[in-house]
Amino acid sequence: MWLPTYATPFERASRFIVLSFAICVLLFLIAPLFVIVPLSFSHDPFFTLPVKQWSLRWYADFFENPRWITGIINSTVTATSTAILATTLGTLAAIGITHPAFPFRKAAMAVLISPMIVPIMIVAVGSYLFYGELGLTNTRLGLVLAHTALAVPFVIVTVTATLSTYDGNLSRAAASLGAPPLSRFFRVMLPQILPGVVSGGIFAFAVSFDEVVVALFLTGAEQRTLPVQMFSGIRDQINPTIMAAATLLLALSILLFGTLNLLTRRT
Amino acid sequence: MSTATLSLGRSAAMPLRQAVRRAERPARNLAVLMVVPALLFVIITFFVPILKLLATSVQNPEVASGLPQTMIMLKDWDGHSLPDEKVFAALAADLDAAHKTSSAASIGKRLNYEIPGARSLLVGTARVVSAFSPPYREAFLARDAAWGNPEIWSVIARNESRLTPFYLMQAVDLRQDAEGHLQSAPADEAIFLDVLGRTLAVAGLVTLSTLILGYPVAYMLTQAPARIAALMMLMVLLPLWTSLLVRTTAWVVLLQTDGVINDILIGLHLTAERLQLIFTRFGTVLAMTHIQLPFTILPIYSVMRTIPATHLRAARSLGAPPVAAFWRIYAPQTIPGVTAGCLMTFILSLGYYITPALVGGPRDQMLSNFISTYINRDLNWNFAAALGAVLLLVTLGIYGLFLKLAGADKIKLG
Repeated sequence: MWLPTYATPFERASRFIVLSFAICVLLFLIAPLFVIVPLSFSHDPFFTLPVKQWSLRWYADFFENPRWITGIINSTVTATSTAILATTLGTLAAIGITHPAFPFRKAAMAVLISPMIVPIMIVAVGSYLFYGELGLTNTRLGLVLAHTALAVPFVIVTVTATLSTYDGNLSRAAASLGAPPLSRFFRVMLPQILPGVVSGGIFAFAVSFDEVVVALFLTGAEQRTLPVQMFSGIRDQINPTIMAAATLLLALSILLFGTLNLLTRRT
Repeated sequence: MSTATLSLGRSAAMPLRQAVRRAERPARNLAVLMVVPALLFVIITFFVPILKLLATSVQNPEVASGLPQTMIMLKDWDGHSLPDEKVFAALAADLDAAHKTSSAASIGKRLNYEIPGARSLLVGTARVVSAFSPPYREAFLARDAAWGNPEIWSVIARNESRLTPFYLMQAVDLRQDAEGHLQSAPADEAIFLDVLGRTLAVAGLVTLSTLILGYPVAYMLTQAPARIAALMMLMVLLPLWTSLLVRTTAWVVLLQTDGVINDILIGLHLTAERLQLIFTRFGTVLAMTHIQLPFTILPIYSVMRTIPATHLRAARSLGAPPVAAFWRIYAPQTIPGVTAGCLMTFILSLGYYITPALVGGPRDQMLSNFISTYINRDLNWNFAAALGAVLLLVTLGIYGLFLKLAGADKIKLG
């Protein structure tokens, strides 16, 4: 098992044990995600496996209920706006901060990254108190602003990683050939780092689409997002329609993750 | 030669350095200009709300602005005897005004945090105060003998200030007695240090579990051939991409008393009766461990990947037995990754809300869950903010440790 030829029997045995352990952990990581899929297609309203009779009734329930539909629409609009705003701000910041002449890089980075670190409940309560005074609670704008702050660090981290592989000489060559700064950015640099920028945008979209706690505090019935609807549903009484919603969210995550992998493979 | 260069360098250094700096200035200014929008945005939409939360944890306007005349009169009060007639007359005027502007309830609610029963005393008296006539002291005492208790007066006098440490002290189970000395809260109200301890304990347990489960996975990721390693990596990253709520939902379903895990345990004859798994500490830590595992694995893996395989080989060829070679040569080199991964998981675990709320029982609720309860159910925003300040302080302390030991650039997203 991937050991050099001189490995002793003891090493082979311990390698076997470690590998088996690692495989068990990997199964532990992945299996719970896929338990919800068969349950969402079960005819019975119980959460037991194996499924005795298959049915699409919970999906019918889901798509016929205006609350779930409103949730999907709200989540999509919020996440798209957040992704656009966060990608713009984050990409610019990543390019600036990686410039060799940028002062106070460590401090600026620590500030920009901190929304990833601060407990989400503190962000939610702070936003609830502050946005409440500005009249931004129960508005979509308030939610987009709060989500963008949470998503910017993800864009910065992703784009910064891509920029580390970008050859600065390309920009310098373009400059020496007379390209003005904006053309240098849009026609030389951006095409090179585009996969990273799009990955950052996908991250930002996912952060906003999956976020529950801030949305719970900042939205009223009209702006309710899909995860908020799900959370209240589980708190109330868990039902199979929530399994259908969870399966759809899982499918979306796999789709986004797949897109991201295609993008990063190409670079 | 070297001295010549040195002296030459020294004499020419300043103008050259200035020239270089001047040449670089436009690029540097552009770089700063590009970061400013994001910085401003994060400061306004993220840092200002947190400052607002911190301010709310010490704000105390209710009593000072609700009973302004009483406050002036209480300045001459000796602090332990019954106040004199002019204080009662001022209170009568203040309460009458409070009743007319319907603010008596909020003053009463605020005083009630420090003296149980103050709310009904205040609201009840405010309702009838317009019928009072001098001497006011007798009228108040006739209405309710509780007005004769100096304690309520010392609480009113203490809340003259518009800023108070009261909520922050309450968040760590401290309070002030009538003389203003700090003392610990009575046992039946002293629950918040316990909640903080529980939050730290759960986060620590989750961190330890992810390390024990994750370290071998990270190691095998570096050992497996590229194609298998890519598949293993996929199994680590996909859960990371799945929404936290979906993963928690999966655990809510799995841990049900008539759910899949109990089915398996009974099927394997490991247990005769169905176990209570949901709404337990075990269930909470299990679900949180599942959610946090990738955050611990990724930094460890990225450090392990940089350790040359030749180190172990050299150790073996010099006669080290396999276990010694691993523990003394390999493991110490993985410590930066272990530190980064564990601190990351610990920090993130401190702030959990969704998972304890859905998978945990009443005894497993963490600080965030109490904050939410105080905002939504008890409508005590100041105290919720104070609990938030405590949580923020603990988190930032550990984040500081993370920045010192690992650095912000160690944050990995796969």
